[in-house]
Amino acid sequence: MSDVGPTRPAPVVTEDSAVFWDAARAGRLVAQRCRSCGRLHHPPRPMCPACHSIELEAHELSGNGTVYSYALLHYPQNPAFTYPVVAALVDLDEGVRMLSNLVGVEPERVAIGMEVEVTFEPTKDDGVVPLFRPRGQRS
Amino acid sequence: MTSTKPGMRRVAMVGAGMVPFGEHFDKGWDELVQRAFLAAVGSVDKGLDRREIEAGFIGACRPGLHGQQTQGGVSLSGTIGLLGMPASRIENGCPTGSETVRIGAMAVASRWHDLVLVVGYEKMRDATVEGLLGIALEGHPIHNRGETALNHFAPQARAHMETYGTTAEQMALVSVKNHANGSHDPYAHHKKPVTLDEVMASPLICDPLRLLDCCPQTDGAAAVLLAGEEVVDRYTDNPVWLWGAGNGTDTYWMHEKETLTSFPATKLAAERAYAMAGVGPTDIEMVELHDCFTIMEIISSEDLGLTEPGKGGQLVESGDTMIGGRLPINPSGGLLSKGHPLGASGVAQIVEIFWQLRGDVAAQDAARQVEFRRGLALQHNAGGKAISNSVVTIWGQDKP
Repeated sequence: MSDVGPTRPAPVVTEDSAVFWDAARAGRLVAQRCRSCGRLHHPPRPMCPACHSIELEAHELSGNGTVYSYALLHYPQNPAFTYPVVAALVDLDEGVRMLSNLVGVEPERVAIGMEVEVTFEPTKDDGVVPLFRPRGQRS
Repeated sequence: MTSTKPGMRRVAMVGAGMVPFGEHFDKGWDELVQRAFLAAVGSVDKGLDRREIEAGFIGACRPGLHGQQTQGGVSLSGTIGLLGMPASRIENGCPTGSETVRIGAMAVASRWHDLVLVVGYEKMRDATVEGLLGIALEGHPIHNRGETALNHFAPQARAHMETYGTTAEQMALVSVKNHANGSHDPYAHHKKPVTLDEVMASPLICDPLRLLDCCPQTDGAAAVLLAGEEVVDRYTDNPVWLWGAGNGTDTYWMHEKETLTSFPATKLAAERAYAMAGVGPTDIEMVELHDCFTIMEIISSEDLGLTEPGKGGQLVESGDTMIGGRLPINPSGGLLSKGHPLGASGVAQIVEIFWQLRGDVAAQDAARQVEFRRGLALQHNAGGKAISNSVVTIWGQDKP
């Protein structure tokens, strides 16, 4: 089905979020770091919600983390995805939490505390979305 | 003894009513609002000249999403034939209804108005699921993909199960209890009792939550009349007094939450309401709480201090929260059975408390009437991405 290409919808890139999506296209996972208080944030935004500084930068993450919690989405269904979709909150090792999908794992084997690593999946219109998979798995 | 600021006065509910929750394809939202208004006015023991209503607040959460235009305050004043009356529309996520009551109460407590009308409504069945999913975006560049409310509550359920050993059966028991209560509520959307086996066999929607762990999409409207302490006697000798009210907020985003096993917004709202009322959880004899999903009743019973953290599952298992138990929770059937028309839900919880504290429920179905000693009931309404905004109100038979 390679002639079909990716079915996952493309991300909507904005002035604030471009740093995240551009990094993803380059195969890197980043979070926003406040230069004033040093806190990591996700998603990127124009102002640090902790100290209100506008001095912000992209901070590269290892892409390693653990599953904080998750849900298996059965209904309603969007034809772009295969169900159940695993939606997971991932605690990155650097201390920031992201909402994403887990791939490369049977849904019934997902567990809180599972060690995961980032993987990058192409979307429609040449976008790339960071997803997570069990750590140490060959792609 | 309640704690209020200097100059504030006591507020009482002198009338309350609602339309039966359900599917109202044959009625417009304005007809629902009118019927709820007429029910509230008709409930005033000593009668009411409608021109005495000084101001109105209408709660509607997402009428645009469900295919109706929003018209601000005139959707109340114009609809009920009191054009000219000061009126505002309030929106505050799923607790829109009770927030509208809280704001109406502030208008009375501040002595700005003597008699205030509060109506909440939502007409949710007009929109298709496809339409709802298409619009269910937050306009956010990263968090904007086809999510449903379940996507927020299922990870909470999973975390609570992992941390405290809460079971799917305990969650299912919430559904069994509330549907049993709803079978005695002529105003409930789903009046059919369900068994534990039926809940456990219902389809997984967002694992670990099943179809019967979820409230339905519902149309409805509910209304209350709030009066200042000096004028209450004009309307009734049997008012229901507001003892306390609180609102609390927390982050909107799932990944920013400090915990998935508790709702800080609810804890804040409860803390503020208890402080204003000068009472604690052990003084409460009946609760209407926000059971949009079964796990919500379990976690919220903990956050409201009705049981210890992690013990919400055991609380429902104990039978204490059934009608006739130590602390009935959701005798109306709750959102699970009665339905959850967003802007109307919180107002309808307060209507149930009005009926319960006055002993009016016995005339509808005696099996639903809760027995009171001290005469205090608590209402809790929450929402916004599990949970970014929470409202708690406490009501009493006696003047605080």
